[in-house]
Amino acid sequence: MTLSTALKTGDLTALPSRRDEDWRWTDLRGLLRALPPAAPAHDGEVPAGPFADLASAETVFVNGRRVVETEVASGVIALRFVALADQASQGASHALVVKPGETLVLLESHEGRAGGYVTDVALDIAVGEGASVERIVLVEDDAEAVNVVTAEVDLAPGAQYAQTILTSGARRQRIETRVNHPGAHAEVRLDGAYLLDAQRHADLTTVVTHAGVEGVTSQLTKGMVTDQARGVFQGRIVVSPGADQTDARMGHHALILSDKAEIDAKPELLIFADDVSCAHGNTIGALDEDALFYAEQRGIPQAEAKAMLTVAFVGEVVDRIAHEGAREIAAAWVARKLGSAV
Amino acid sequence: MLKIQNLHARVEEKPILKGVQLAVPAGEVHAIMGPNGAGKSTLSYVLSGRGGYEVTEGSASLNGDDLLALEPNERAAKGLFLSFQYPLEIPGVPALTFIRTALNAQRRARGEDEIAAPAFLKLAKEKAAALKIDFEMLKRGLNVGFSGGEKKRMEILQMAMLSPKFLILDETDSGLDIDALKIVSEGVNALRSPERGMLVITHYQRLLDYIKPDKVHVLAAGRIVASGGPELALQLEAEGYDRYVGAAA
Repeated sequence: MTLSTALKTGDLTALPSRRDEDWRWTDLRGLLRALPPAAPAHDGEVPAGPFADLASAETVFVNGRRVVETEVASGVIALRFVALADQASQGASHALVVKPGETLVLLESHEGRAGGYVTDVALDIAVGEGASVERIVLVEDDAEAVNVVTAEVDLAPGAQYAQTILTSGARRQRIETRVNHPGAHAEVRLDGAYLLDAQRHADLTTVVTHAGVEGVTSQLTKGMVTDQARGVFQGRIVVSPGADQTDARMGHHALILSDKAEIDAKPELLIFADDVSCAHGNTIGALDEDALFYAEQRGIPQAEAKAMLTVAFVGEVVDRIAHEGAREIAAAWVARKLGSAV
Repeated sequence: MLKIQNLHARVEEKPILKGVQLAVPAGEVHAIMGPNGAGKSTLSYVLSGRGGYEVTEGSASLNGDDLLALEPNERAAKGLFLSFQYPLEIPGVPALTFIRTALNAQRRARGEDEIAAPAFLKLAKEKAAALKIDFEMLKRGLNVGFSGGEKKRMEILQMAMLSPKFLILDETDSGLDIDALKIVSEGVNALRSPERGMLVITHYQRLLDYIKPDKVHVLAAGRIVASGGPELALQLEAEGYDRYVGAAA
């Protein structure tokens, strides 16, 4: 039941629908009455990606085809998925193996440089013992695009995996991360921010399965929806039997800035072990009217004050990005999306 | 300077201000005292333009500009500054960023050039030092985790940086110990000038020992029921508000 299967077989009944519990807020079957034709190969220039100045090597997919590949999986690497064909469909998959003790900063971008495309990306990331990965994912899709990005992350003992997703949504969009967490002093940080306007939709779904003792997961997602946009957050943390001393925190906090915007959130902690420390917090609300008036009273026009407070709200996610250059790009992206120079 | 005529305002359906009449000329400091529920805070919010208050009658102007026709930020650009009884915490916005954003927005609204970053920092350092504010605090989220006294000092710093024409101090003494009260009062007194007016709203006379008013008004049940010199504050302190609450009812 995946978009990837449907793209391979052309069988639309393979698409997930609202009848699938995990896809109830991101219905693809009801949306896609037909699949657009497969995207053609692209033989022209490919514009530089958002992280071009930071990465020492890159792997690039254009219209679903790998056109550049680096064998390296350490240091600072860019991974780009570029859509350059209008009304076309494409699927891509990629695997990364990070060797024990290595450090990788993965700067991933999904660049919709065309209109109305359908894309499926599947990633496999294996992080070796004691290795460290920071994955920053910047998703900029066309307003009419459908995009599903799924990452399956396998961690060895003592591995560190940190992730930050930044997205502005699409016609329908799902960014899913599944982490197989061995416990064993491995540490996971899963963050995200969605900033949605017009009729855009973004679904940030995560599943972290703690299989062994002494694992840490820290999760913070923040969102802003306005106009008629819809944000979806599904966060599931599973603590398997015997995964004692698991320390897991999940936070999802979102702002709704218009009456017609919507947020659907489902935080889930499924705990089958004793002696764990798990918590989740979920808040959805409007901007603080008192803070807004305070800023206006000091001379800041209302629209600018709203942007300033929203940038500050989302800023907590940006501040958790460890790589400085990526953090700056993320901060600039957030400010640009929210129409603020703060 | 500030002219309030027959001002009536209500919150939801409840009338709070019932014909406030007040004029504060440039260079003068007027105090408004009154019992709880008299409408002191409502008056400051109506003048500064907070939502939720409906003016049903009367007018308020600053230097001839009709305040009630302006958005809150436009009133600020005209020089009106309200010091909050409980200044807000703004997580994620450093005090320096907040003040620079406000200052530049005001300057733009007045058709002036924005202040350059080095000039702004120099000014901020100077003013912070005068108020004994650690400059490092200005790099943290505005007022986040600050004590009551620190928050009030941040208000005074913003006044000093924004250089407003007219100040409304809403219960500025609340939550301050005597040392903080002195620092805050000195900060306010340093801003007294022949071109600037001030309205000091307070429940207690104590603040007026430090910020000496030219005139004192008693606000009770939505109207100014008595006006006099500084001696009126002392009399209120000795006798309480009972007389005026009775007279206004």
